[in-house]
Amino acid sequence: MDIGRVFSKRSFVLGLLLLLLILLATSPLYSPRYTVVLLSNIFMYVVITVSWAIFSGPTGYISLAPAAFFGAGIYTSAILGKIFPLPAVIGIGGLASFCLALLVGALTLRLRGIYFTIFTFGLVELLRHLLLFWECTVMGRRGRIVIIVDNTTVYYFMLIIFVVLMLTAYLIRRSKLGLALQSIGEEEDAAAHTGVNVTMVKVITFAISAFFMGATGSIMATKWTYIDPYIAFNPLYSFMPVLMAIFGGMGHLCGPVIGAAIFTYLEEFLITRFPYYYMLIFGIILVIAIVYMPEGIVGLIGKLWNRTSARKPSHT
Amino acid sequence: MIVTILNIVIAGLLMGGIYALIAVGFSLQYGVARVLNVSHGEFMMLGAFITWMFYTVFGVNPLVSLAISGPITLIIGFLLHRTLLTHLRISSASLGVFEGKSMLASFGLLFIIQNIAILIWGNAVKGYTYLDSSVNIGGAIFAANRLVTLGFALVIGLVFYLFLARTRLGKAIRAAAQDPAAAGLMGVNINQVLAICFGFGALMAGFGGVLISMCFSIQPTMGFQFTVIAIIVVVLGGLGSIPGSFIGGFVLGLVGSIVSHWQPALSLAAYYMLFIVLLIVKPTGILGK
Repeated sequence: MDIGRVFSKRSFVLGLLLLLLILLATSPLYSPRYTVVLLSNIFMYVVITVSWAIFSGPTGYISLAPAAFFGAGIYTSAILGKIFPLPAVIGIGGLASFCLALLVGALTLRLRGIYFTIFTFGLVELLRHLLLFWECTVMGRRGRIVIIVDNTTVYYFMLIIFVVLMLTAYLIRRSKLGLALQSIGEEEDAAAHTGVNVTMVKVITFAISAFFMGATGSIMATKWTYIDPYIAFNPLYSFMPVLMAIFGGMGHLCGPVIGAAIFTYLEEFLITRFPYYYMLIFGIILVIAIVYMPEGIVGLIGKLWNRTSARKPSHT
Repeated sequence: MIVTILNIVIAGLLMGGIYALIAVGFSLQYGVARVLNVSHGEFMMLGAFITWMFYTVFGVNPLVSLAISGPITLIIGFLLHRTLLTHLRISSASLGVFEGKSMLASFGLLFIIQNIAILIWGNAVKGYTYLDSSVNIGGAIFAANRLVTLGFALVIGLVFYLFLARTRLGKAIRAAAQDPAAAGLMGVNINQVLAICFGFGALMAGFGGVLISMCFSIQPTMGFQFTVIAIIVVVLGGLGSIPGSFIGGFVLGLVGSIVSHWQPALSLAAYYMLFIVLLIVKPTGILGK
């Protein structure tokens, strides 16, 4: 009886997800062009946020490096976009970020707490300035032109990356790796003593999360047509995923997805309605969300759910 | 040759004075109040714009503005901590959680302060001239306002150090830095002291802004670059060490001046290089334990 209920609940969730996927996959056929562009933007932030949360969620290491990995993908696309076909460029962009993350992770993951955060923040700035110096003095230019790809193609690639990422995130959560990450977040020394190869686990997960950011960067770069180090390595791309993940709530896999989707839509809505006050309103919402919603939207919903279900008389 | 060296060293010290002031404020906010205040530079920008407004509208001497801009930023900082950050501190499960969340909250504050400034003053570059006669030091020529800036930075740093070392409130702040819980048990009103600390951090940034506005043109979006510099200096001097930050400011000023003498485009990259190497080799900073 109980097993039957669990089974039907699971198949219900699975069916719902499948329906959602079909809706998303067919949406370019019937929805207006603006919706497709908006959805690709939402996917971009969702992918960055979820891949950020894969590493930082369970371990508690707040990484401000997403902009570095995202930017590495963007530059891969700008350099190789004319030579290779798009799927190859996306793969290479992801791999470039993966390698960068392996290097950075091996160097820095022995730093703990706020030092790690500060380091990753400095990394983005260093990459940006070195690249700018290289472009200006050696190459004699400031930015690069990126080959344009039509919106529907961008949308489908983002959808694919999104689905692969969600599967990866789900599998990591369910695997031994996920447990190891969880134990690192709770007590790192204890985790090391129980036989978890702490450094290895951290570096690998960090690199996996970077792969998706890089792949996203190399596909989204095609929408901007022109990029320079200031666009590619904008620290906003480091802070946004963190804020979106916290806004959504990190206790559940769908928290970062919901947070990123709502935030991106909100940004779009505010830009069109209040072009002059948009950043101000955005800042106020950020502060309120962080101070007054410690568990995020998912936590809030969970609390409300518990309150309503507690009122019902229990059967047992 | 000697003139060149003199030029580089004095230019470095002049910039270093302002860096030191901003970094001391940042260090106070992180070291005691445990807030990695990403909006620190915005308080500096506020100080600079208030000074500019008082100078161009009412003709108030920028040095007198220290007594206007400083208290304004102090009060803003104090109130922000009392309302938002105290709530966050009490509701956070652990210090690590608070550090992360307060950093993100201050990132939101960055947007708020910067955009209020843009709404009030517009997005254009502003500036005024004050004490711009040149002074000759052994062959190296500098504007008088920059030398005044250095003098004031040193005096403010010294006064603040004496305040921390000699007064009752200073003692309470140092106690709160070492162990907030124990300081609370010893009768220190911990919420009040932490808020005052945060306010003093903002005050230092405000002072830095006043001095900056005397020498350079100002813009509402200029804050973040100084926040980044404050972070670098504070890591250089050791997170939470106030004398370390003060000295670190001058070290960074000198480094910047030396690098920009050879390759001006690389000076910012050199800052980050120094910062990253330092974090890898000696994360506790040059004066760290």
